[in-house]
Amino acid sequence: MVRVKINGHEHVLQTEPLARLLDVLRETLGFTGTKEGCGEGECGACSVIIDGELVNSCLIPICQVDGCEILTVEGLAVDGELSLLQQCFVEYGATQCGICIPGMLMAAKALLDSNSCPTRNEIRAAIAGNLCRCTGYMKIVDAIEAAVAAKLEVK
Amino acid sequence: MKVYSPTSLQEAYEILASTEAKILAGGTDLMVLWNSNVAKLPQVVVDIWRMKMLAQIDDEGEVLRIGARCTYTQIINNPLTKNFAPALVDAARTIGAVQIQNRGTIGGNVVNASPAGDSLPVLVAFDAKVEIGSLRGVRTVALEQFYTGYRKTVLAADEMVTAILLPKQREDEVSKFYKIGTRAAQAISKVVMAARAVLQGGLIAAVGIGVGSVAPTVIRAKATEGVMLGRQIDDELVTAARRTMMNEVKPITDVRSTEFYRRTVSGNLVAKFLREIV
Repeated sequence: MVRVKINGHEHVLQTEPLARLLDVLRETLGFTGTKEGCGEGECGACSVIIDGELVNSCLIPICQVDGCEILTVEGLAVDGELSLLQQCFVEYGATQCGICIPGMLMAAKALLDSNSCPTRNEIRAAIAGNLCRCTGYMKIVDAIEAAVAAKLEVK
Repeated sequence: MKVYSPTSLQEAYEILASTEAKILAGGTDLMVLWNSNVAKLPQVVVDIWRMKMLAQIDDEGEVLRIGARCTYTQIINNPLTKNFAPALVDAARTIGAVQIQNRGTIGGNVVNASPAGDSLPVLVAFDAKVEIGSLRGVRTVALEQFYTGYRKTVLAADEMVTAILLPKQREDEVSKFYKIGTRAAQAISKVVMAARAVLQGGLIAAVGIGVGSVAPTVIRAKATEGVMLGRQIDDELVTAARRTMMNEVKPITDVRSTEFYRRTVSGNLVAKFLREIV
């Protein structure tokens, strides 16, 4: 039995210990915002945040998240209101086909949680594990940069 | 299938001694393998992810003791590795990207025994030792002697790697890490090299070079080191070191690169190292 908190809510799961977190999220719990790309840790589409750390959920066996807090893309918006990062992705047209975006958002969130004022190079390094098959990287980096700027302005 | 999550080394050793089991840490290699339909799923798994005693980096005087379960992110951020193992920090930064660095472990890199393991040239160049534990006791093996062939190690079925003992970089020592891959992140190396040297009065007084992806296992480039030792760095030495390195590596042509490219780049990297430290 595995107990996890996903986006603030407790879940108790009875499943194969080596089941991939990705499959449990999508198929058992219906969190289909997290996408499967390569399934081997190369593309970052399935990125989620576990206890503050960015990981590929396709490489996480469910037995290793017992007692952990998981944040998926569904947990970014609050009361139906998009987060600042999400708003910037919309505003800057960072989304083309969209399959990489949940992972990109989680990678950007993990970066901004640990570094409130990253340089453009630090942003690029932070999303180096996330592939965009539309190659829309410039607008994605622009959107993250805009979120950084907006956040600093608010402060 | 049964997954054990031991909380002590004794408990882990007892499981390993009593049954054939696979050890799982961050899963960055094994989860790919197990979901690929290439490998059969193991009957028994020993999950060491939560074994905090294996996730510490300690200063032991001459050496750093890096627990087998330490992640690349820990190695990148730890003051001890930053101060005394900068080449290992550089290597850790090139492995995968954030997601992999948060989960992949140094013990996993060693035990996975890939000739392309990016931390391995550093460990070989610096004469690191592998600490191995079992119910029978603890032994240490030089990393150079740890591999017996392609993807083969000296580990017995009841043993597990508990730590890497990495000699600290000396104050008068310089080191470099070079990784040649298709891109900066997420690349499996075509050639990967770590080198260290001590220069005294313009002469190379000590040198260690490890090279990966150029042979069935990571190698220590002893012939090239022999050419360099005691010599002054000049064009003649650069040419000799390059030629020796090109002969010393034993690469193959595969999906990532060709034998010719790997030989050439290995030679180029040792030349680059000499020019950078002169």
